[in-house]
Amino acid sequence: MMPEAHLSGESCAVCEGCCTRLEGIGVRLNGNAVLHDVNFHTHCGELTVIIGPNGAGKTTLLRAILGEIPCSGRLHFTRADGTPAAGRPRVGYVPQRLDLDRTAPVRVLDLFAAALSRRPVWLGVSRHWREATCRALAMVEAESLCDAPLGALSAGQLQRVLVALALHPLPQLLMLDEPLAGMDRAGTELFYRLLSQLRLKHDLGILLVSHDLSAAAQVADRMILLNRTILADGAPEAVLASPPFRRLFGLDLVPPQTLAPVAAQRMARLHHSGLATIRHKGAP
Amino acid sequence: MNFWETACNLAPWSWAQYDFMRVALLGVLVMAPLFALLGCIVVNHRLAFFSEAVGHAALTGIAIGVVAGLANPLGAMLLFAALLALATTLLRRWSAASSDTIIGLLMASVVALGVVLLSRGGGFAKYTRYLVGDILTLTYADVGGLALLLLVVLAGWIRGYNRLFMVGVCRTLARSRGISPDATEAVFTMLVALAVTVSLQWVGLLVINAMLLLPAATARNLARSASAYVGVAIVVALISGVTGLLLSYYVNTAAGATMALVATGLYALSLVFRRAPAGG
Repeated sequence: MMPEAHLSGESCAVCEGCCTRLEGIGVRLNGNAVLHDVNFHTHCGELTVIIGPNGAGKTTLLRAILGEIPCSGRLHFTRADGTPAAGRPRVGYVPQRLDLDRTAPVRVLDLFAAALSRRPVWLGVSRHWREATCRALAMVEAESLCDAPLGALSAGQLQRVLVALALHPLPQLLMLDEPLAGMDRAGTELFYRLLSQLRLKHDLGILLVSHDLSAAAQVADRMILLNRTILADGAPEAVLASPPFRRLFGLDLVPPQTLAPVAAQRMARLHHSGLATIRHKGAP
Repeated sequence: MNFWETACNLAPWSWAQYDFMRVALLGVLVMAPLFALLGCIVVNHRLAFFSEAVGHAALTGIAIGVVAGLANPLGAMLLFAALLALATTLLRRWSAASSDTIIGLLMASVVALGVVLLSRGGGFAKYTRYLVGDILTLTYADVGGLALLLLVVLAGWIRGYNRLFMVGVCRTLARSRGISPDATEAVFTMLVALAVTVSLQWVGLLVINAMLLLPAATARNLARSASAYVGVAIVVALISGVTGLLLSYYVNTAAGATMALVATGLYALSLVFRRAPAGG
């Protein structure tokens, strides 16, 4: 599908193949088992938040799904009806941080043009892509940054730009690795609003790695507690109340009673979609 | 070449009457944009040390060619440089040591091997032209070969520059957009290896990296956008190449090193007129 269609604001058809199923995924880096026996299945339109302590393998899991690092086990991308999707899904990815050379002569516009257009950026950027970039940036209320040097952006501004880039062309699977680190309150609220809108409108599957547990719990359909393997998987309030979560984080971040009404509602929805079972596994 | 000959005959300067200067000037006009284009990505990807190592590997290639009794060592040079390019790519991926250590280590080993092989029997002196280079030995056929190489690089830069650019920004981000960072970088390093190896006998091992890096480094200080970056690098390379060549004619110095010095001067100037540093 051509990126132009998305940038011009036309709505996308319901996802063609964004269900992702992980079967016994394991990753070894330099001889150490970073991940083992990771199993889960996400569906289009579902927002899954992945939480876990530092070094739990959250970023590694995203990179394995991207195919950047070799992993054992099986990774399936399927259509909504369960048949295998043709090839890999279109992925939008927001990295945890960008190891940028701040002196590089690169504008935000150059980054978008390099990612989206066929014309090499050293031959200049056409008016068409300038307008497309401005529209893309407008989604994250950052259209004023179009001509800004990438190296001059604050951490929060850069995150907004990267989120806008990840959404073009509109992905089938959106993976965000702590996109809120360094973002201010207004940016965070805008971001969560944007995620809900996108999910409703375009039915895309979202994997969000986050440390912002209570905010993530408000928007997530599902939460996965990862520490080398999946320790808890289910509705956010259930995961936040689970023994492995308490053991790892040592505290109750979200008092269960404040979540009770939301929980009931969500449990009903999950029950409907067959995801109500909450699996607990022992720590490795 | 008739047009070029006629233009040179009409030129009022004394150097234009010498065939070797005419060919050398034409060669510089081809090599300057070639190195500027490659240099932009070398600097973006922080591969300065790597391009240096490729030149050293080419020297070892010459040695192996000589030991094997080859009349023209270019094939052996290319093969060895390509092997080194591959080795560094693989080591960067699989080893935990930082890439400058790996490249430094490889470079030191291959250059030692090359010098040992070439100095066997005390005949190293005749190979010093690969160290210093002599652009005045260019022939029109050589320039034709370089022009072909420039066309290959240009074609690659039109098809693949955006991909290289994305890999330079963030490998994982590039991967998420369907780009294979390893394959893209492998093709690019092969092109650098090819250009460095082919040009070595005219530019010389000791100054080739200056021709590769200085135009791009100067452009970084002056440019604000990705297109200005490449454009400025090409202009800087052309100015330093042509000025350096003519200067070397009048003051009777080695052409390659003079070009490198002019480029260094332009870099120093660009530091003075640098655009305001980004962010803070």
